[in-house]
Amino acid sequence: MSKHHVTTTINGEPVEFLCETQQTMLDTLRDVLGLTGSKEGCASGDCGACTIIVDGKIVCSCLMLGVEAEGKSVTTIEGIAQGDRLHPVQQKFLEHAALQCGFCTPGFIVAAKALLDENPNPTETEARYWLAGNLCRCTGYDKIIRAVMDAAAEMRGEAVR
Amino acid sequence: MPTLNYAAPSSVDEAVKLLAGSAGLAKVLSGGTDLLVQMRSGRLRPELIVDTKKIPGIIGIREEGGAFVVGAATPGAEVEAHAGMNRAWPGVVEALDLIGSQQIQGRCSLAGNLCNASPAADSVPAIFAAGAIAVVVGSKGRREVPVEQIPASPGRTTLAKDEFILEFKFPPRTPRSADAYLRFIPRTEMDIAVVGCGINVTLDEKGVCTAARVAVGAVAPTVLLVKDAADALVGHSLDEETLKKLDAAARAACKPINDKRGTIEYRTKVAGVLARRVAAIAFDRAMGKAQGKTH
Repeated sequence: MSKHHVTTTINGEPVEFLCETQQTMLDTLRDVLGLTGSKEGCASGDCGACTIIVDGKIVCSCLMLGVEAEGKSVTTIEGIAQGDRLHPVQQKFLEHAALQCGFCTPGFIVAAKALLDENPNPTETEARYWLAGNLCRCTGYDKIIRAVMDAAAEMRGEAVR
Repeated sequence: MPTLNYAAPSSVDEAVKLLAGSAGLAKVLSGGTDLLVQMRSGRLRPELIVDTKKIPGIIGIREEGGAFVVGAATPGAEVEAHAGMNRAWPGVVEALDLIGSQQIQGRCSLAGNLCNASPAADSVPAIFAAGAIAVVVGSKGRREVPVEQIPASPGRTTLAKDEFILEFKFPPRTPRSADAYLRFIPRTEMDIAVVGCGINVTLDEKGVCTAARVAVGAVAPTVLLVKDAADALVGHSLDEETLKKLDAAARAACKPINDKRGTIEYRTKVAGVLARRVAAIAFDRAMGKAQGKTH
């Protein structure tokens, strides 16, 4: 069977690509489009390192076929910063040293951004449940949660510690 | 290596024709959160994937004469965000909310959870208890099937090769009716049920149960609707005697296996305990005493 021709929007830009049926959205992003920010950790939807936003909802790009991107609006880690300006979640990850090896970080940042878009004032418990699908073997999660809560406070315009 | 074909038909007829005409294994794709994992592990090697999400009505929730109709491929996150479903079916919503992570809930569907036919599926006891009806489409037309008739055994359903579920009908709510779902896992999130239990009740003004449905998961090859457990509730308020009978009936229905998540004895005991707790939540909700989520 010939490849599928897919027309979609990625990080606000119209994109066309060719993919085979068995290529996941993650394969397509990394191997066809050269967007290697999304990571493959488990390839079974457990670790969240490949998290992207599709039509406003976070999904594991390893559990979506590339061909399913047809007509969708996709945001990847590459689309979170505004040009040279980091998103507050990214800035706070740096300030709080919320990463060590960094492999899980793109997934955490995309998931955290989506949380704050939907719920600008989450409790710590809500943030922890929301991020339960993102695994990190370095940090013990605490710094990540502090970074996300701090980013939320800053985005709400509240005094920053 | 055989070629894997993909089609995203925009009508039921087209989808049914594709499924019927496939020489090899054809799989229906909704959210793909089970299918893609099974394909990757090599457990399933389909020749054709029929992505049903372009079929009108298969994603979305609508109200029809007080009843909610939920499209088969509607993502869990969309059901969880729906005010009407939260009001009418908090047990179904909290069961969906327990499936995987937020990322999984962005894709996973009621039809996928039901047709994957895992005995431990979280939303399945809840929709059994709710008395939901699956609208099944196929070459022979359309039929309405009580959801408890869909799973046949682990990984197998009663649907024919050319059939799939288009939508689920939840019955209209009568006064003082409510449902609840709890699952037991050794942690609070991101695990597979050791036992799951869904209960749906209708009470009279005095809090006496007039109708009930009780379902348990992860304690038999399929999720079970337990009539004896429902019968233990009907005609009674939730006193200790009734809870004891409910507990015993839930335990009596269990035919679990030993595995790393729990032994036969453990699962059986927990099924009784969960049934008590879920009944208490459902009765409270039916009397308007508690609306909140259980986790």
